[in-house]
Amino acid sequence: MAEPSLITAAEVGAAPLPATATAAPRAALTPRLGRDDVLMRAAMAVIGLYLTVSLALPLYALLLKSFQRKDGSWAGLANFVQYFTTPSLSQSILNSLFIALVSTVITVALAFGLAYALTRSCMPGKGLVKTIALIPILVPSLLPGIALIYLFGNQGWLKGWLFGANLYGPLGIVIAEVFYCLPHALLILTTALSLADARLYEAAIALRASPARIFWTVILPGARYGLISAAFVVFTLVITDFGAPKVIGGQYNVLAVDIYKQVIGQQNFEMGAVVGMLLLIPAVLAFAVDRAVQRRQVALLSARAVPYAPQPKPLRDWSLCAFCALVAVFILGILGMCQFAALVKLWPYNLSLSLKNYNFDLMDGGGRASYWNSLQLGGWTAVLGTAVIFVGAYLVEKGRGFPLGRALFQFLAMLPMAVPGMVLGLAYIFFFNHPDNPLNGLYGTLAILVIVTVSHFYTVAHLTALTALKQMDPEFEAVSASLKQPVLKMFVRVTVPVCLPAILDIAIYLFVNAMTTVSAVVFLYSPDTTLASVAVLNMDDAGDIAPAAAMGMLIFYTNALVKLGHGGLAHLLERRLQAWRRR
Amino acid sequence: MMATPEARKPYLRISNLTKRYGPFTALSDIDLEIMEGEFICFLGPSGCGKTTLLRAIAGLDIQTSGRIEQGGRDISVLPPAERDFGIVFQSYALFPNLTIFANIAYGLENRRRPKAEIAARVMRLLEQVGLADQRDKYPAQLSGGQQQRIALARALATEPGLLLLDEPLSALDAKVRARLRHEIKALQRAVGITTIMVTHDQEEALTMADRIVVMNHGVVEQVGTPQAIYRNPASAFVADFIGAMNFLPAQVAGPETVRYGDTLLRCLPHELAAGAPITLAIRPEDIVVQEGAAAAGGGENLLSVQVGELEFLGPFVRATLEGPTGQLKADFSSNLLRRTRLAPGDRLAVQLLPERLRVYPRASGAMSHG
Repeated sequence: MAEPSLITAAEVGAAPLPATATAAPRAALTPRLGRDDVLMRAAMAVIGLYLTVSLALPLYALLLKSFQRKDGSWAGLANFVQYFTTPSLSQSILNSLFIALVSTVITVALAFGLAYALTRSCMPGKGLVKTIALIPILVPSLLPGIALIYLFGNQGWLKGWLFGANLYGPLGIVIAEVFYCLPHALLILTTALSLADARLYEAAIALRASPARIFWTVILPGARYGLISAAFVVFTLVITDFGAPKVIGGQYNVLAVDIYKQVIGQQNFEMGAVVGMLLLIPAVLAFAVDRAVQRRQVALLSARAVPYAPQPKPLRDWSLCAFCALVAVFILGILGMCQFAALVKLWPYNLSLSLKNYNFDLMDGGGRASYWNSLQLGGWTAVLGTAVIFVGAYLVEKGRGFPLGRALFQFLAMLPMAVPGMVLGLAYIFFFNHPDNPLNGLYGTLAILVIVTVSHFYTVAHLTALTALKQMDPEFEAVSASLKQPVLKMFVRVTVPVCLPAILDIAIYLFVNAMTTVSAVVFLYSPDTTLASVAVLNMDDAGDIAPAAAMGMLIFYTNALVKLGHGGLAHLLERRLQAWRRR
Repeated sequence: MMATPEARKPYLRISNLTKRYGPFTALSDIDLEIMEGEFICFLGPSGCGKTTLLRAIAGLDIQTSGRIEQGGRDISVLPPAERDFGIVFQSYALFPNLTIFANIAYGLENRRRPKAEIAARVMRLLEQVGLADQRDKYPAQLSGGQQQRIALARALATEPGLLLLDEPLSALDAKVRARLRHEIKALQRAVGITTIMVTHDQEEALTMADRIVVMNHGVVEQVGTPQAIYRNPASAFVADFIGAMNFLPAQVAGPETVRYGDTLLRCLPHELAAGAPITLAIRPEDIVVQEGAAAAGGGENLLSVQVGELEFLGPFVRATLEGPTGQLKADFSSNLLRRTRLAPGDRLAVQLLPERLRVYPRASGAMSHG
């Protein structure tokens, strides 16, 4: 180009530069893949294949089964017709919906009260309340049912409190479900309420709105997505839960227990498949609504929002504190009752304490070995599951190009959220136990229990990993590539260390759930691979309720210990390895 | 400024480059040549395609069609790792869990180099950017300007043939930004590396670039030295985007004359037909107050105007002038103001410098910018 002092009219022309001599190709280009691209796509294909085999194909087998006769021939809709024309079966749909609705309303209301107290008041003991409210996550869903039997059952301590109402049925199920679902709703609502924008309150106060008006016009609308999300999560948890109605449902049939009865009790796999398909409907619906709501919630957040800091108000603070104390008493009462029952010699005749109920080898359910198996399952699920899930999330989030493959993978990763454990377990029977399946050697091993547990709890862990990865600068990979370093080095030296807290969270989440889960594994364990959580179920079934309570509490203590260890480890990590986070 | 770039061969050659996202065309048929050692700025408003073009050059978002050659090698479809460039992003993308030293050393590892040699190279780079004493700190412990320099050192560590800077200064406050402009430019000149910087800040482009590529709506509007772009904007868009500019509606009268209201004005030569509606463009500093005899005499391109608002801008004052058919903005020096005691409401004669009065066809530049 010309020197600045020699500007000529020619330079002002439209053509910026002399056109390049050769005509360049206009055809669409195909980007060449680098070594890292190939590696990442291959890894994604492997994990995608895993999800296909452990999720998509079993579900397809279940779908197929629901349209087949016992001999495997095509039955069309015959199974469904039979189901809906048998009142004793189809009544379960209404029962399940009723239980789910009532439990959802009560749980969300209680959780909202707790969340409100934790985020919008200056009451004392917030940390303690939160810890207690989250305890139910650490116990199998069978446990509250067992405690309720001791408290309000036929030989219950506080039987009189029910004024003659029957615990075994809707009443007992709802109380147990509220206990079991409370922490899930609480976590969602605490997050939703803590995202409040203080500026809205200041505006409302400046406009002299009354506290009631502020509640209806600012607080509730601000938390509405959280409320919707919590409601759907609880609804799904309840309608797919098997533990509470199994233990305390009596003659009151619900869908999740029907699957179990059809399959384990009557060996009627086809009818089990039909119930499984029906159970998928509310779960898929709830999942779809939840995803839609979450997407809108993100749009609500503004970077300029000012966090809300509550001011002390004695009346509000102390009434909320009293409310929280009541909920805490409820949770601790259930837990304490279980522990007491586990230690009592012979309820209700001999209340002296002993450890004989901990002698699991004398009972049904697999004895001490089942606890050891559960620990192994938890350990393998935590280690392998975390590795697979985190790597998978990394590939989806940071992979280059290949949009179709990544979208497909993301769909597979989100699918487990919509599949109830009972349905997944049943689907595994159809798929893995099929004589023509080359993988049927897995059936009855610990490996299949690890696989089903990882798949069952995949989605939440995947989302946790994605959230952590999204906080990483999207250009790290580009910088690393420009410096000609392999993506693996980047992953090991930067991604994993930076995401370590989230990775630990995922591992703990998987471990705790592997310890407590019953629904998927109940179809898949073998005499060699009995699990502690299943032992609780089987001992309860056999009438050994006290040992069942003892085993349930053992699971609780294990999880509590792991949680504590995690807290300590996270603290240590932050001090030692994460020094770079400090300014 | 530069030694004659014509004498060198182009280092980066982009031809017929197009990038589409579905129905949206982000870059349309871009042709560009960049010489070895040049400092080029891609300048334009947000969404003009400048970052897309940079990412195509880096191989991060490969173009839909078209060709990119670097140092005679066709790199059009290569993944980033097989190209030869260093890059600094707006966010710097420093690895938060690695020390400053480890960040810079990152690209030097796995190359069969002895550790001591790597350490020496890192220390030299740290000295070059003046941060040798910070080697053991983590990125979060440095200021934004320091992080920026570390990112630059990391990008230069592997001695790439091309340095790409994606809005590297926009996250910094004004003072630091001004200082870093000089530092980056000095470092670039010392290293002699061909550099492309994306920016939406015209001042940054004008002060740093050897040549500026002005982009809008996915096309290159003009390529030229900062002076050429400022003095001879090729389109009304460029004229408007860079610096301040008055746009006046007028009509073509002759090959070097236009009719503005009742006044016949001489302007730079153009090739538009007589009678065509046009937009006249003149910068505020090219409107000159006529004093004394010049005001009385019938000079060329004179307009009689009334002074409106006077906006004090330090060394000069931007005056709003009520002309015969609309407002004009003109820059008067503070000296002139003191001498003439100009005040709002005064009438005066101004000259629109004929050699600075540019003509654009109305269709392409229908703007009401004042």
